Amino acid sequence: MKLEKAKGQIEQPVVSYKDVNKSFGDLEVLKKLNLDIAPSEKVALIGPSGSGKTTIIRLLMTLEQPTSGLIKVNGDPLWHKEVNGEMVPADDKHLRKIRNNIGMVFQQFNLFPHMSILENVTTGPVHVLGIPKKEAQERAVTMLEKVGLGDKLDNYPVQLSGGQQQRVAIARAVVMQPRVMLFDEVTSALDPELVGEVLAVIKELAKETDMAMILVTHEMDFAYDVADRVVFLHNGQIEEAGSPKELFNKPKSARLKSFLSRFHSSSNEKIAM
Amino acid sequence: MTWDWEFAISVFPRILDAMWIALAATITAYILALVFGLFLTLARRSSFRPLALLTYGFIEFVRCTPPLVQLFFAFFALPTIGISLSPFVAGVTVLGIHYSTYISEVYRSGIDSVPKGQWEASTALNFSKAYTWVRVILPQAIPPVIPMLGNYLITMFKETPLLSAITVVEMLQTAKIIGSESFRYLEPFTIAGFLFLALSYPAAVLVRKLEDRMKLAYRK
Amino acid sequence: MELLPELLRGANVTIKVLLASAALTFILAFIAGLGRISKNLLIRKLTGLYVEIFRGTSLLVQMFWIFFALPAFGIHLSAYFAGVLALGLNYGAYASEIVRGAILAIPKGQTEASIALNLTRWQRMRLVILPQAFRIMLPGFGNISIELLKGTSLVSLITLSDLTYQALTLRNTDLSYTMPAFVLLLVLYFIIALPLLYATRWFERRASKGVAS
Repeated sequence: MKLEKAKGQIEQPVVSYKDVNKSFGDLEVLKKLNLDIAPSEKVALIGPSGSGKTTIIRLLMTLEQPTSGLIKVNGDPLWHKEVNGEMVPADDKHLRKIRNNIGMVFQQFNLFPHMSILENVTTGPVHVLGIPKKEAQERAVTMLEKVGLGDKLDNYPVQLSGGQQQRVAIARAVVMQPRVMLFDEVTSALDPELVGEVLAVIKELAKETDMAMILVTHEMDFAYDVADRVVFLHNGQIEEAGSPKELFNKPKSARLKSFLSRFHSSSNEKIAM
Repeated sequence: MTWDWEFAISVFPRILDAMWIALAATITAYILALVFGLFLTLARRSSFRPLALLTYGFIEFVRCTPPLVQLFFAFFALPTIGISLSPFVAGVTVLGIHYSTYISEVYRSGIDSVPKGQWEASTALNFSKAYTWVRVILPQAIPPVIPMLGNYLITMFKETPLLSAITVVEMLQTAKIIGSESFRYLEPFTIAGFLFLALSYPAAVLVRKLEDRMKLAYRK
Repeated sequence: MELLPELLRGANVTIKVLLASAALTFILAFIAGLGRISKNLLIRKLTGLYVEIFRGTSLLVQMFWIFFALPAFGIHLSAYFAGVLALGLNYGAYASEIVRGAILAIPKGQTEASIALNLTRWQRMRLVILPQAFRIMLPGFGNISIELLKGTSLVSLITLSDLTYQALTLRNTDLSYTMPAFVLLLVLYFIIALPLLYATRWFERRASKGVAS
């Protein structure tokens, strides 16, 4: 349904990649990537490691700079800005303006260890959005309650399990109310028994929010449940993309078939149902 | 009055000559520090508690008091109880002992980084304690800390001007003498500073290179 | 013991010099430490030059240069000011390495998370990096202050009447004072160093335990 909504309207994509290349030295990580994300669309990026899926979202978060090509957020170029009709490299001010639209959750949580859980979630609203401390705290508490950590406000990150830390990290990003949320293999660093709680929080969030989401993941069940569209990457290029049903149940390319077969035992059966 | 090249060039050889004294003092004190430092390390690890504690106290005391005062103590106070040392010998001994406390820390970090299994294997092979130290532990403990030891050699070289306070005629003392003869301090002190930099900076770069190389070697 | 009051007058000077030069040391350490990881090449080069020059030459040479050679340029500093300046510049160069090392030791993920929150460069430093780096710096700062205390004895050689100077004066008054005066001198320095030593050990233990609360 969501997908139809996204297709039906002629909306400006919230994120668009045009012919984006990225190399690290001699290594080409992304080759001529073209990808549009509609507002409130949930897109899962899957693919073997080294396929460039993490790089796609790191470019959007401005943690890496594209080698060439154009990335636009809400129609504004990200790494460039127009001055008198000419594209010039973006300065810090421009990057900060665009970045306000984007939030990210990391594989390694990256919580601030010297701040309490509450401080972790209020830092952004107070120092970036300029919200009064009191109000920011209220917002943060609501958010933390939503991820089931309302009783951990004064704890410090080291006192929490990995799953709890990752839920804080999600709260920290979502409280900024970005238009696009990026999830970078958010369960890869977790013990298997903690994966479920984090995925549940994201699923819940996906259902109720109109933020767009880009999820890099190895959890195929999760991608199937959450995503409107799944994009399979191989060697820095989009090999195949489509609805989860199409992609998981009727994969066309041989590479995708062999990639999915690796998850056969755990995922495919459920997906087939 | 500013920089006078002619004067600078005329006094340069005198200060350069004094560098040999500084180098001789550095090397002698360094050897003393290396040997005495090892002794301190072993004594501190001794299973005989009083010796270990005494050594610990000695190390902390020597490390926490100024080498300059230790020099005065050796040069002025010791003769009053019948121990008279020449300025050079007093200087070298004090510098050597002062830095032996630092060097012993370096050894200790090297020894602590040898895996426990090496001790256990040596016990299992029934090696004597001395044999274990000489053939198993030290050969593994020393190489990784060589860059740190190199740094202390450079540090000690830069400490030699302290010896001027007990009349050893090293570079700074020479510069001071020239200054009081000619009433020009700028050139001699600048030359002395330059000579320290000219020697210690390349040495420091060398040690950093060695450090990087060893880091690579130990990562493999 | 008529020696003690004389020496204590010197201890007063020593502690004053210690405090003033420690303040200068830590200010310079942060300026140079941050300068060496600046994005600006010129700032990096300039702070690098400062650090290499002051680490590459001797403290005593620097102190003599400031006290005896600077007047050639018309800059006359009091012995106190020359001493504090030399100590601060010298140990500031060493301590800048502690600042730089601590900042570089903070995991990259912390910077990335701050970028993702859209904090400004300065907010990243102030709110996220420095508070964490500061804990890592403390043991190094403790060690530097002990070195600094030892370094203050050099001001006696540029005529400042600190602890060491007082002992030398006592010796000149009466040679029989030599042994007791210098033993007492060593003990006094050690007593001043003790709190610094304890603080350093405490910081070390805390740092090795890692962060919590």
